[in-house]
Amino acid sequence: MDLLILSRLQFALTIMFHYIYPPMSIGLGLIIVIMESMYMVTKKPLYHKMTKFWVKMFGLNFAIGVATGIVMEFEFGTNWSTYSRYVGDVFGSALAAEGIFAFFLESGFLAILLFGWDKVSARVHWVSALLVCLGAHFSAIWIIVAGSWMQTPAGFHIVGHGMTARAEITDFWAMVFNPSSMERLAHVIVAAWLTGAFFVLSVSAYYLLNKRHIEFAKISMRVALIVALVAAIGQMITGRIGAETVAKYQPTKLVAMEGHYPANEPAGMYLFGYVNEKEQKVYGLKIPGLLSFLAQGDANAPMAGIKSFKKEELPPINIVFQSYHFMITIGVLLFILTITCLVYLWRGKLFKATWLLKILVPSVILPQIANQLGWMTAEIGRQPWIVYGLLRTSEGLSKAVKANMVLTSLIMFTFIYLLLFVLYIYLFDTKIKLGPDEMDQDKQMHRAD
Amino acid sequence: MDLNLIWFILVGALLTGYALLDGFDLGVGALHLFAKGDNERRLMINSIGPVWDGNEVWLVTGGGALFAAFPDVYATLASGFYLAVFLLIFSLIFRAVAIEFRSKQPFAWWRKTWDISFCVASILCAFLLGVVVGNLIWGIPLGADKEYQGSFWGLLHPYALMTGITVVAVCMMHGSIYLAMKTEGSFHNKIRSWVKNCIIFFVICYVTLTMATMLYVPHMVDRLKDFPVLFLVPMVQLFAIANVPRCIAKGWDFFAFFSSSGAIVIFMFLFGLGIFPNMVLSNPSPQYSLTIYNASSSVKTLETMLVIAMIGMPIVLAYTISIYWIFRGKVKLNEHSY
Repeated sequence: MDLLILSRLQFALTIMFHYIYPPMSIGLGLIIVIMESMYMVTKKPLYHKMTKFWVKMFGLNFAIGVATGIVMEFEFGTNWSTYSRYVGDVFGSALAAEGIFAFFLESGFLAILLFGWDKVSARVHWVSALLVCLGAHFSAIWIIVAGSWMQTPAGFHIVGHGMTARAEITDFWAMVFNPSSMERLAHVIVAAWLTGAFFVLSVSAYYLLNKRHIEFAKISMRVALIVALVAAIGQMITGRIGAETVAKYQPTKLVAMEGHYPANEPAGMYLFGYVNEKEQKVYGLKIPGLLSFLAQGDANAPMAGIKSFKKEELPPINIVFQSYHFMITIGVLLFILTITCLVYLWRGKLFKATWLLKILVPSVILPQIANQLGWMTAEIGRQPWIVYGLLRTSEGLSKAVKANMVLTSLIMFTFIYLLLFVLYIYLFDTKIKLGPDEMDQDKQMHRAD
Repeated sequence: MDLNLIWFILVGALLTGYALLDGFDLGVGALHLFAKGDNERRLMINSIGPVWDGNEVWLVTGGGALFAAFPDVYATLASGFYLAVFLLIFSLIFRAVAIEFRSKQPFAWWRKTWDISFCVASILCAFLLGVVVGNLIWGIPLGADKEYQGSFWGLLHPYALMTGITVVAVCMMHGSIYLAMKTEGSFHNKIRSWVKNCIIFFVICYVTLTMATMLYVPHMVDRLKDFPVLFLVPMVQLFAIANVPRCIAKGWDFFAFFSSSGAIVIFMFLFGLGIFPNMVLSNPSPQYSLTIYNASSSVKTLETMLVIAMIGMPIVLAYTISIYWIFRGKVKLNEHSY
C-alpha cells in the first residue's frame, strides 16, 4: 500500500478512536455540573451521591481521552509535515491556544473534581466542576476553529511559491470566525451533550431494569432527558445551518452528500439510497426539488451537480452520501426516542415502561456512531483537499517518512487501541455493575494484601 | 529583543515547566517497582495522582507552541524522529492508562501487569526525551528542503544514549525527592535511602555527560567562553546538586526538591544557551540548520500568540500553584484514591 493511503488510514484510526472520548467528557461534564448544582441548592445527599458516581465515570473516560489526544497533537507533524509547514502559521496558533486556555484548565481542576472532595469546600468543588466542564467545551472551540479553517479558509494570504509556499494569518479574528467555524462548533457541542445524556440514560435504564439504585436512576434520568431534549432540538437546527454553509462554500462536498449527479437541473433530496459511482446513478427515495428549494428558495432552480465537476475535484461519493444520510437517520431516531421518553415521563409511566428502558440501554451507542459519521461526512467530503481549495491531501505528506514506517506505527496503533477499547469497556462495565455505592467499590477493590 | 527570541524563550519555558513537573512523575514511575506490596505501590501512584495529567499538558502545550511559533522545527522533528515520536507517545499512553486502570480491579496479576507497564513506560519516556535532546545537541542530517535525511537507528548514537540515560537519572533523583516529601513513616525512611542511590547514579551520569559534551560537542560551551560571567550558572548548578544530599540528611525534603528543581532549570537554560540560535542543528551540513529565524512563523502570528500567552499563562500559573497548594502534604489513601 502506498504512503498516502497508509497515512490517511492511520489518521482516520487515531482520530476516530480519540473522538469516542471527548464528546463524552463534554456531555457528562455538563450533566455533572447540573447535578452538583442541584446538590448545592438542596443539599440532598442523593444528589451528592449522583455527582460522585458520574464524576468517577468522567475520570476514567477523561484519562483515555488525554492519552489518545496526545497522539493527535504530534501526528500532524509526524505524518503530515508538509501540511504542517503550510498551515503552521494559522493552525498552530489555534492548537497552542487550546493548550493554554483549555487543557490546563481541564486537567488542573480535574484534580480537585476527582481527588479534592475532602480537601476543599463544597463551593470550591462546585466551581472546579464548572471549570472542568468549561475547559472541555473550550477545547472543542479551538480545535474546531482549526478544523473549520481547513474547510473554509479565511483571514490568511499565501506567501512564497511551490515548495516553500505557506499560509500566513492576515486577520486573526477572521481566521477564528471563518464561515463555518461557529455553526460547526455548535453542531459538535450539542452532539456531545447528546452523547453524555444517552450514556446517563443507558446506565440509569439498566439500574431501573435490574431494580437497583431506583431513586438514583430516576433522578439521573430526568436530568439526562432534559439535556437530551435541548441537544436533540439543537442538533436539527445547527445541522440545517451547517448544510447551508456547505452549499455556499463547498459545492463539491454538497453534491456528494446529496448524491446530486446532473449538472444544472433542479435538485431533489434523498431520504436514503445507494450511489452507483460507476453508472453515476443514485437508487433511492427522493423528494424532488427539495434541495433546490432549501438552497435557493425555488424548487425548480437548477443546481450544479456531481457531473459539473472534474473527477479530481470530487470526494468519493457513496461513502460521503451514506455517512451523511445515516447520521441524519440516527439524529431523527434519537429525537423521537427522547420525545417518547419525555411523554412517558410526563404521564408518569417511563420508569415502568420496560420496553422503552430496554431500548435505552443499548442506545448509548447511537450518538457515538452519529458523531463518527458526522466527521466522516465533513472530512471525507473535503477530499481531495486537506485545506479546501488550497492544498491537496496528497501534497501534505511527510517527505522523510516511508510507507513501511507508517505501516509499523499503524499496526501498533491497531493493537494498542483494540486493547485499550476492550479494557475501557470492561472497566466501565465493572464500575456500572458495582453501582454508585462507593463503599462497596472500595471494599471490593482493595482487599488487604 | 525580537519576537523570535521571545518565542524561543517561551517555548523553552514551557518545556522547562514540563521537565520540572513531569520530571518528578516520570521519576516516580521509574522507581515504581522498587516499592513492594500493594499499599506502597498505591502510595507511589497516588502521590502523583492529582497532578500527573496536568503535568503532561506542559508537553502538549509546548508542542502546540512549537507548532505555532516554529512550524518548520515541529514538522522536521516530528517527521524526522517518526518512530521515536510514536514510541514516546505509546509510552505516554501506557503510563496514563496504567495509572488509571491499575487500582480498578483487585486481581494480583492485573495490578502487577500495570505496575510493570507504568514503570517501563516511564523509563522509556524519559529515555526517549533524552535521546531527542542528545540529537538536538549533536545535530542531525538535514537537507536543503529542511527534511531529516537519516534513519531511526541513526538517532541512537552513543552521545544520544548518554543523554537519554542522564535524563532517566535526573527524573529518578527528582522523583525520589518528591516521594520523600509526600510520604511518611517507614516507607519514608525507605525512600530516603533511594534518594541517596539516585543521587549517586545521577552524579555519575552528570560527570560523564559533561566530559563527553566538552570533548565531542564543544560548541555547546562556546557562549560561556564569550561571556565568562555565565560560568557562574553551571557553578550554581553544582551547588544546587551538592545541596540535595545535605538537605535530605537534615530532613529538609522540600528544600532538596527545590534544589533539584533548580538544577533542572539550569540544565534547560544551558541547553538553550548552547544550541542558540539554532533550534535544529544540521550535521554534517550546518548551513541547513533550522534557526529561530528561518523556521519561524510570521511576525503577525508571533505577535498574536504573544498576546494569547500573556493573557493565558499568568492565569494557568496561578491556578496550577493553587492546586499544588491544595494537594500539599503527605499522601493518604481514601475512597477517592487510585
